Amino acid sequence: MTSPITTASKGSKILGMTSIIGFVVLVLLAFFVTDPDIRFHPETGEEFGQFDAVRLLYLHVPMAIVTYLAFVICAIASAGYLVRRTFWWDSMAHAAGEVGTLTCALVLITGSIWGRPVWNTWWEWGDVRLMSTLILFLLFLGYLALRGAFVNPQRAARPAAIVALIAVLDIPLINRSVEWWENRTLHQKSTLSELKIEDLTLFTLMLGILVSVLVMSWLILHRFRVAWLEHIEFEQGVKTAIEERRQVGHGD
Amino acid sequence: MTHLGYLLAGWGLSSLAILLYAVRLLKRGAQLSARVPSEYARWMSSPKQNGG
Amino acid sequence: MKRLFADIGLITGKDLKIELRSRVLINQVAPFALMILVLFGIALDADQQSLKNFASGLFWISVLLCALMAISRSMTIERDDEALVGLNLSGVDPIAIFLGKTCAIAIQLLVLEIFLGVGIILLYRSEVEDLWLLVSTGLFACIAVSALGTIFGFLASGLGVRETLLPILLLPLLLPVLIGATRAFDDALGVAAVNGWNWFAFVAGLTVILTAVGAGANHLMAEN
Repeated sequence: MTSPITTASKGSKILGMTSIIGFVVLVLLAFFVTDPDIRFHPETGEEFGQFDAVRLLYLHVPMAIVTYLAFVICAIASAGYLVRRTFWWDSMAHAAGEVGTLTCALVLITGSIWGRPVWNTWWEWGDVRLMSTLILFLLFLGYLALRGAFVNPQRAARPAAIVALIAVLDIPLINRSVEWWENRTLHQKSTLSELKIEDLTLFTLMLGILVSVLVMSWLILHRFRVAWLEHIEFEQGVKTAIEERRQVGHGD
Repeated sequence: MTHLGYLLAGWGLSSLAILLYAVRLLKRGAQLSARVPSEYARWMSSPKQNGG
Repeated sequence: MKRLFADIGLITGKDLKIELRSRVLINQVAPFALMILVLFGIALDADQQSLKNFASGLFWISVLLCALMAISRSMTIERDDEALVGLNLSGVDPIAIFLGKTCAIAIQLLVLEIFLGVGIILLYRSEVEDLWLLVSTGLFACIAVSALGTIFGFLASGLGVRETLLPILLLPLLLPVLIGATRAFDDALGVAAVNGWNWFAFVAGLTVILTAVGAGANHLMAEN
């Protein structure tokens, strides 16, 4: 029996290769094939739009979708853990939570970089989605911090699952409150809805979503396997310690 | 191309972050796989070996 | 049902008695609250108009910071000598433990809110236009903060890093309460033209939801 040297399997290797190829195609489409967003004012004929900054959206929008997807997986897995109480569900929640937090950070960063040329600001306090996403990010930083605080990973499972579920229940409330709160300011309309999404633009966006989902799956899969191995290692450590204790006991 | 700096920053940072995270995961996975008996790493073993 | 209320009263009474004997609230948390008000005053350059405009926000941030201390304290008294284990084994309904501790923290927070309220009136020259709105919002918001705080206190109890972990877990979740309570106070103090009672209704709704969520979470945690 040969000992495996990585967490990779045949399936995950195929998934990884497909993601890389998909990503290269996405970059080519996003940067060189699709047109920049240039529109003309109907009366003055003046040029306006996002120009080439629109190419950031082929990354930003799919990442946002993937972030929500990851958090939904985390919530479902947390609920699954509370019902089944098996380590499988806990590892899945942990993996999805961690990957979701990473992509959430990237959504905020790419959004900010996109907002600078298009909205002329790095950060817009009056935007509900921006604020909610930031709070979501902070929530899950807390979630990961809670997990990290336990020495015994098994003891982290239940509190973490409860926190994840409370967080998911709180998200609609946060959305609501921020929406009402920001209504007192002039809300800048989302630029994405004005964008004419058709043909190649739509295709690129869809490809972006597909590639992001593949990348997320790969990351969650490997993070899950790492969590699984950590769990096994911890259990074996405990077993060995008990064995050693017994031996010492017999020796006396 | 307009806004090239922004584009490179956005795409570059994101790709780099994901790449670094993926590498870290693989490294940690390799480290752990070396220490944990293979019967627990079910995704690697053939059905015959799948005892754990 | 009668038994439940008796148990809640017992737990609340126990916590408040410990508080009265140790005087942590009076001797440590209240001076801390006063200190925050003074620090804000200095940081905002003692500009009377800005202080008056921001009074409700500053008030609620102070309440949240003090709440963190009160929750930490409430959990510390259970951690010493494994009192929480003893409490769980004593046959008291877990829901009574949760509600009892929530009540005790809420009562302490209410005292602090009165103290801070007098503080912003004296130091920031806030003028109360709608006392009932102020009182009702203050009451409900502090119950919401206490309920969620108690749950997170339980979740993080037994961890060495609880004091640092609690804020990052709790504060993002309390954001809706902060927004609602601040807007309602803005109206009650006459600094913003918003419908304060609508915001109060939002806060009251949140209180009911968060207390129910807390009770549910407590149930999940208590079962073995």
